Amino acid sequence: MQYKGRGFTVVCAVVATLAGFLMLLTFLSHSAESENEEELPKKFFIAPPPFTPGIFPCSQCHQGMPANRKPRKLEQMHQDIVLKHMPNGWCFDCHNPDDRDKLRLANGRLIKFEESYYLCGQCHGTVFRDWKVGLHGKRTGMWNGEKKYLLCVNCHWPHEPTFKPIQPLPPPVRPSDIK
Amino acid sequence: MKREKKNRRELSLGRRTFLKGAALGLAATALPFNKADASFWEAFFQKRFHEMNDAEKKQVIERLEREAEQKYKKAIKIGNEKAIPGVLFGYGLDLSRCIGCRRCVYACVEENNQSKDPQIHWITVLRFRKGEKWVDLEGSEKYYNPPMVPEKDYFYMPVQCQQCENPPCVRACPTQATWKEPDGIVVVDYNWCIGCRYCMAACPYGARHFNWSEPGRKPEEINPNTHYLGNRPRFRGVVEKCTFCIQRTRNGRYPACVEACPVGARKFGNLLDPASEMRYLIEHKRVFRLKEELNTNPKFYYFFAYGR
Repeated sequence: MQYKGRGFTVVCAVVATLAGFLMLLTFLSHSAESENEEELPKKFFIAPPPFTPGIFPCSQCHQGMPANRKPRKLEQMHQDIVLKHMPNGWCFDCHNPDDRDKLRLANGRLIKFEESYYLCGQCHGTVFRDWKVGLHGKRTGMWNGEKKYLLCVNCHWPHEPTFKPIQPLPPPVRPSDIK
Repeated sequence: MKREKKNRRELSLGRRTFLKGAALGLAATALPFNKADASFWEAFFQKRFHEMNDAEKKQVIERLEREAEQKYKKAIKIGNEKAIPGVLFGYGLDLSRCIGCRRCVYACVEENNQSKDPQIHWITVLRFRKGEKWVDLEGSEKYYNPPMVPEKDYFYMPVQCQQCENPPCVRACPTQATWKEPDGIVVVDYNWCIGCRYCMAACPYGARHFNWSEPGRKPEEINPNTHYLGNRPRFRGVVEKCTFCIQRTRNGRYPACVEACPVGARKFGNLLDPASEMRYLIEHKRVFRLKEELNTNPKFYYFFAYGR
């Protein structure tokens, strides 16, 4: 009787711990999810990231390749990328060394390339705030319905993000030039 | 005696009938009976746009569509969407982002069927040197043409119709051919405009433009999705202006210039909706309106997103 009772208590304790752990897990994942949902307006659609054709997924080459975390000049691949963004920046400030198909926030959270605005928003908080309400960046679509947003990287090449000068369209005809 | 009087009356009557007949005859020669189809007389007796009922509007629009099709040899849809209740359109332009590339100017021309020769642009982009007094617009340059924009030490300000709540052009019009719609867009009825250009003189923003000759545009360049009060084909001798792309915005779409801007400097929304981006920018950014001191109360807000 006594033995059976103790066994029962042990089982109960294990079940309770497991249940508690599960609850904690669901709570954590749920809170993370709702955080994401809250931050963006409901009716929107974001353009896909402007990958160079064939470059994604990164794992097609990087799979099994050991991550060399040492800042160096790239010689075999990606030589065209000159980082003119953060002083003394390096690939793994944003790219995730262990799974290259993801980006990594400063707090260690892994995000998809489609959500890269979280990464940019880490430093450019005021711009991120304006982008979310629809002030920063281009909007197309419906003013009273579904809007199409662009990712930061659709306009700002992340390795050198300043906007490049473009050629203006022709000026209006001067009255003196009208025949 | 009596007989004589009668004779005189006959004589004078004869003169009057002669004059009447002559006048009628003259009128008949003046009126072009050779093109006296129903269309001509319908156009001649067309009422003012807001005096027409829906059936009459439909009839007028059908006739205009028919005429436009004959002229341009392609089907042109002339819409008549009414203002959406509870909507007052407002426009925002971020001067800290505009790079003066004039993409908006030409997107507007494509969308709104302006004449290409002679050239009509509804948007004028002004260039100013940084650090100089500029807000009176006197030192502005609109013919700038560098190889690349933005240029160092310059900034740019596109100007178009400011869609004033208190529009001086509307008051100047002697025929009431221009008016403010319930959603705040100032429109022109091109069939009622007599081309006196008083509104152009009254507008402090230079936003109204005149068709000095028959609008020059190739049929294949005509945008067939039009609105009666907006981008439908115009005639020689009428005034035209920006309508916030009434044919798009009344169907929920953004104006063409908003979608063309490569830097996203142009914002558009409903001023009566507290959740709209227009309300956010007015409440959170440094905002000014052009020539505010004239009490025109524009709904076109220039703002600076950089800095606060």
